[in-house]
Amino acid sequence: MASRQPAPTGSPVLHAVRLGLARGWAEFVQSLRSSQDQWFYLFTAFLAVGYLYLRRDTPVEGTDLMLPSVALPSILGGLVAFGLVIGPAYALAMEKEDGTLLRAKAVPHGLVGYFAGQLVLHSSSIVPQTVAVLVPSFLLFDGLMADPSGWFTVAWVLVLGLLATLPIGMMIGALVPGVQKVGMWGMLPVMLLAGISGIFYPITALWGWVQVVAQLFPMYWLGLGMRSAFLPESAAAIEIGGSWRTVETVAVLGAWAVASALVVPVLLRRMARRQSGSQVAAAREAATQWVK
Amino acid sequence: MRENEHSAPVVEVRDLRMRYGATDVLTGVDFTVGAGEVVCLLGPNGAGKTTTIEILEGFRQRSAGSVSVLGEDPSRATEGWRARTGVVLQSWRDHPRWTPRRLLDQMGGYYAPYGTAERPRPTPTEELLDVVGLTDLADQKISTFSGGQRRRLDVAMGIVGRPDLLFLDEPTAGFDPQARREFHHLVHRLADLEDTTILLTTHDLDEAEKLADRVLILAGGRIVADDTAERLALRAAIEVEVKWSRDGERFVHATQDATAFVHRLLDEHGAAVEDLEVRRASLEDAYLALVQRHESGQSDEAAQAFTEVI
Repeated sequence: MASRQPAPTGSPVLHAVRLGLARGWAEFVQSLRSSQDQWFYLFTAFLAVGYLYLRRDTPVEGTDLMLPSVALPSILGGLVAFGLVIGPAYALAMEKEDGTLLRAKAVPHGLVGYFAGQLVLHSSSIVPQTVAVLVPSFLLFDGLMADPSGWFTVAWVLVLGLLATLPIGMMIGALVPGVQKVGMWGMLPVMLLAGISGIFYPITALWGWVQVVAQLFPMYWLGLGMRSAFLPESAAAIEIGGSWRTVETVAVLGAWAVASALVVPVLLRRMARRQSGSQVAAAREAATQWVK
Repeated sequence: MRENEHSAPVVEVRDLRMRYGATDVLTGVDFTVGAGEVVCLLGPNGAGKTTTIEILEGFRQRSAGSVSVLGEDPSRATEGWRARTGVVLQSWRDHPRWTPRRLLDQMGGYYAPYGTAERPRPTPTEELLDVVGLTDLADQKISTFSGGQRRRLDVAMGIVGRPDLLFLDEPTAGFDPQARREFHHLVHRLADLEDTTILLTTHDLDEAEKLADRVLILAGGRIVADDTAERLALRAAIEVEVKWSRDGERFVHATQDATAFVHRLLDEHGAAVEDLEVRRASLEDAYLALVQRHESGQSDEAAQAFTEVI
């Protein structure tokens, strides 16, 4: 028997990770070429930029800035959080049902590859999403980026926000019983959170306890981090505590990243263990009846 | 195949039990599958075929009993074990944006560390596409595929790792007759040329007879018959059914010696005997009776009656 076993234990895993990265990249390229996904990016960008354009002449109280300057970074943060939670949640819920995950389970270290692929795919999806908003915004509005060094802040806020939110999406995808339930357990809470996280109006306008709730979740901090990147130092005056609270931003986003990095693998393993052909067949049955 | 694998069975199942809530689906299943065999698990829908095969695939935890597949317990199997087994899954909309060539390259890649000199893994994609007849569609999006084309891709993905043991659960469900014949041809080819041990399930007796070296009939939560299709047919054919009518009344009699019975019948009643019909029972009759009784809810009785006939 011994000669048939793979040589070192570490290498097939690394091999699977490499295949998974290639898998994720292939799916990202497929997504860029898909009119469905292009439409999604353009549509969300159109809504965001349209909103900014309509309110381009509205001054922001307490600053000498116009609304687009303040709202663009907030919306960007909100969009990234939204995409990184809803994207993986839908993908996972869907691929549990259609057998993609089961296929991965049927090949050696296939799940390692699958999840590596998911990470690459959803992380890369930030790029078209932000570009689709940023390019028209910079063409239409002035004074968006106060200081070019802000781009560096944009980069680290995005990376940290990615680590904090993407696992939440995976958790939702792993826990929901079916694709139809992502709306209820994913979309709805994220929308509610977007409403109270200072994306469309300053969080300080809300009741105290709502502010506390919003600050427990990553979306507020993603928005705040983005504002700190784009806006001049003086604009911090309208934030809670009159500061960008960079340390707190890193702490909260970091805590979410660490906590979910611990929880998500356990959840995913539990979910994968339950995958079987009859489960997929049952989902297929349910889906055909749902469409009828 | 190596020496020691000829002696040890590839699959060994002892007293396998499965219970969902208060329902016993498997009540003590025993069977073995030898290296290189093609074994068909036949039974009515709902008899527990899928449950059994999913336990062997390592996708489902059993309630009790012992199971050994390729020398390991599937519920605790390693990735090395996974590499030696193949599962043909029934897809319906997965990987819609991929092409068969890319997908087979990706899926096959995971097997590369597990190849050996005597059994290189994975099977080259070109070869695989040719085997399942998808060469012309190799670069088309899978979302454009018909049901039959998708199923051929399912088979390709099941065998991409050149498995020692292949599981197929109701592989030809939804196939047209042409596709079914091509598929049977493919199974024979795998068994003969690739030395693959194959375990498949079906509810279709005809398919079991065509494909399998050995047929296991699952009913009432256990294996009620385990033999080659030919020998099962012979055993079922011992009884002969004689039907006739006399004075407008229908009669049926089952006997082992039809000739003697018909002699006596005609001696006794002569020309009064009409519509005489003598029919040797077939495996099909026995199996259909089993399915019928199973579907009317008497699965235990069905299994009992079947064991008496066979």
